[in-house]
Amino acid sequence: MLTIDDLDVWFGYPPDRVDAVRNAAFSVAKGESFGLVGESGSGKSTILRAVAGLIDSWSGRIEVDGHPVHARRRDRAFYKTVQMVFQDPYASLHPRHSVDAVLSEALSLQGMDDIDRRIAKLLEDVGLGRGFRFRYPHQLSGGQRQRVAIARALAAEPRLLLLDEPTSALDVSVQAEILNLLTDLRAEHGLTYVMVSHDLAVVGHICDRLAVMQHGRIVEVMSVEALRKGAGEQEYTRHLIAASG
Amino acid sequence: MSETSITRPQSRREWLLSDAPQTRRQARLGAIYQGWLTFRANKLAMFGLVILILLVFMAIFAPWLSPQSPFAQNLAGRLQPPSAEHWLGTDALGRDILSRLIHGSRITLFIVGTVALIAPIIGLFIGTVAGFAGGWVDQVLMRITDIFLAFPKLILALAFVAALGPSIGNAVLALALTAWPPYARLARAETLTIRHADYIAAARLQGAGPLRLLIRHIWPLCISSLIVRVALDMAGIILSAAGLGFLGLGAQPPMPEWGAMISDGRVYILDHWWVAAMPGLAIFIVSLAFNLLGDGLRDVLDPKGDKE
Amino acid sequence: MTQSLLQVRNLRVTFPSRQGEFHAVRGVSFDLGRERLGVVGESGSGKSMTGRAILGLIRPPGRVTADRLELDGESILNLPERRMRKLRGSRISMVMQDPKFSLNPVMTVGNQIMEAYRLHAGGGRDAARKKALEMLNAVQIRDPERVMGAYPHEVSGGMGQRIMIAMMLAPDPQILIADEPTSALDVSVRGEVLNIMDGLVRDRGMGLIFISHDLNLVSKFCDRVLIMYAGRIVETLAASELHNARHPYTRGLLGSLPRLDAPVKRLPVLQREDSWRDGGVGTTTSESA
Repeated sequence: MLTIDDLDVWFGYPPDRVDAVRNAAFSVAKGESFGLVGESGSGKSTILRAVAGLIDSWSGRIEVDGHPVHARRRDRAFYKTVQMVFQDPYASLHPRHSVDAVLSEALSLQGMDDIDRRIAKLLEDVGLGRGFRFRYPHQLSGGQRQRVAIARALAAEPRLLLLDEPTSALDVSVQAEILNLLTDLRAEHGLTYVMVSHDLAVVGHICDRLAVMQHGRIVEVMSVEALRKGAGEQEYTRHLIAASG
Repeated sequence: MSETSITRPQSRREWLLSDAPQTRRQARLGAIYQGWLTFRANKLAMFGLVILILLVFMAIFAPWLSPQSPFAQNLAGRLQPPSAEHWLGTDALGRDILSRLIHGSRITLFIVGTVALIAPIIGLFIGTVAGFAGGWVDQVLMRITDIFLAFPKLILALAFVAALGPSIGNAVLALALTAWPPYARLARAETLTIRHADYIAAARLQGAGPLRLLIRHIWPLCISSLIVRVALDMAGIILSAAGLGFLGLGAQPPMPEWGAMISDGRVYILDHWWVAAMPGLAIFIVSLAFNLLGDGLRDVLDPKGDKE
Repeated sequence: MTQSLLQVRNLRVTFPSRQGEFHAVRGVSFDLGRERLGVVGESGSGKSMTGRAILGLIRPPGRVTADRLELDGESILNLPERRMRKLRGSRISMVMQDPKFSLNPVMTVGNQIMEAYRLHAGGGRDAARKKALEMLNAVQIRDPERVMGAYPHEVSGGMGQRIMIAMMLAPDPQILIADEPTSALDVSVRGEVLNIMDGLVRDRGMGLIFISHDLNLVSKFCDRVLIMYAGRIVETLAASELHNARHPYTRGLLGSLPRLDAPVKRLPVLQREDSWRDGGVGTTTSESA
């Protein structure tokens, strides 16, 4: 579903150029759930943003569904395949747009018809009732906002969902609800996930495989079974597992 | 929390303040009502609003409200002090100052209204485009803005009017053309802070083009702070308009423009203070009202003030 | 618990809102001795408000009431701001969540620590400088001379938080209130910072109030844990007994955490019950969560 090879991402221009990601490579199969873990500044979110087309200063190869993506421009077909959920539900919803406005914009941009029915369906899918349709973000709790953000991402009926720390701003009880929702949605819609997180337990819960990142490089790609056993090949991986235990 | 409690009939206030609106209309009206409650809590802003409503009322019904014609001269009764017959006295040509002030409110509102429409729109457009596009577009637009900002506003307006010829229409145009740069600056700054917000990124991922992002996502957030700024600047615009009138470059005699009226009264200021003081007082009150209103609007509209 | 440093009885924090009064803290009572006390709860549970109320940091229109709020037998409830300021720092200190926002960006680290110390302990510049170096050493900063001259933006998050701790502990306070001191830090730095804080608090026989949303973290670093829900304490436990918690809320919180060692298909979801809101004492409130 997603193949990344020899990916470099940088910010700024020489001499102030900062290399955020160096020589990253991994691939995610259809229907798989892949985790990217590492500490802040390790470049894990940067990879996600480069895939989504939110950063255009990168080189290497990104292939989605077998097609290499363009460095700067992404077409509508791309956005119908790939969508993203952001970390902070308080910053990812427009403060002046109601849930209804957010979802109907997403749907109409994707050229969908029958918008009314689809909005109802989306809200139902993410476990929000119809009563939420006309609320503004400030009338929603953090978990509810994140559900709206997930509904927005699902509007395009994508097959690859990029999750950028989707629960790190939420309380643990709400985190459990959102993680369950993500599990259900993956099963129902046959989605592929790439999830960035600093929380190994969350990645261990959601993902099948994961890549450990440090200083912009992928240190190790491992299975979740190996993670559970604490069996990292690299020193850094073991350190990370021990610290979060 | 509770969506099930709709069965009970609600009062209109509850309906408006509901956290779970049922229709688009209820949501929108609810948001407006919330804003109104915040605004209403600010006593001074309400005071400003009342004055401005009175001003509009006065302008609309000027012919019926004014005791005499603003142009009727009476040289025998010139420079009369305030009395029962002429509440605010008469000017050098014996015209009733109160009547002239009432009719002058139309001109003031016309100037203020037009400038308040033109300048922020130019500013919003230039500022958001510059902030959103970045790169050389930003450079070019902002340097043009800087050039305008480098001149004192009134001097620049003077130059425009001198070139276009003195008239009220040209005065408005000149004021609007000189008033936009600060709005462009403000709009650009706002745009820069929201341009990288996650919700803009999310909209981009839905396939939203730059024009849509600008109009649907960025403008609504810039407009509220611009409205606040306009309301606060209104006093300055009134004073600039009065300044142009005072210098004889705005409204032409015998139009009862407040600035021009002060100018007329200047000669008599020591012996017949009311001729200049009355229009001055009017300008002062209206400017104050706009400032108070702007403060209240800031509480309601400023997105940075959003809190529980 | 030998003697209590801080006594809190029926503490309430109230804010006026459009829908009536909002009760952020509703009758919290506890004693703090020379121990490490964890306060755990989710956002909106009133845990941070409790800490701020003790420090007198609730601004009007917020209101703080209590039957008793005593530091070492002396009432500190609603003291005038001037006296409270003297108290803060010298006898009660606070470490906030993000060092980026609590350090002054235009002052060097050294000057800030020295100022904090001199404000409360008095003394000359030399004594203050010696104390600052000593404190930086105590929080295990390797090159204190260099860090003294650095500005806050030149140090990392973990270092910033250690500096905060150094600054807060310089005047030897009796109580330290730490509000999510490590949630802005990476996991690998987190343990280090906590160990340092823990060591200092223990050596000095201080009382520590550790406010956090992270049950496991708190259970590791505290002696006793208060669990708060909707402005109330629903359960008090010895940290070692946390996993034998009785209250359904505490158990629900623990259960909803994904665990590496115990994988499940779906996580158990916390079902909130209205009865938790009135933890026995029973008051009616009109708030919306």
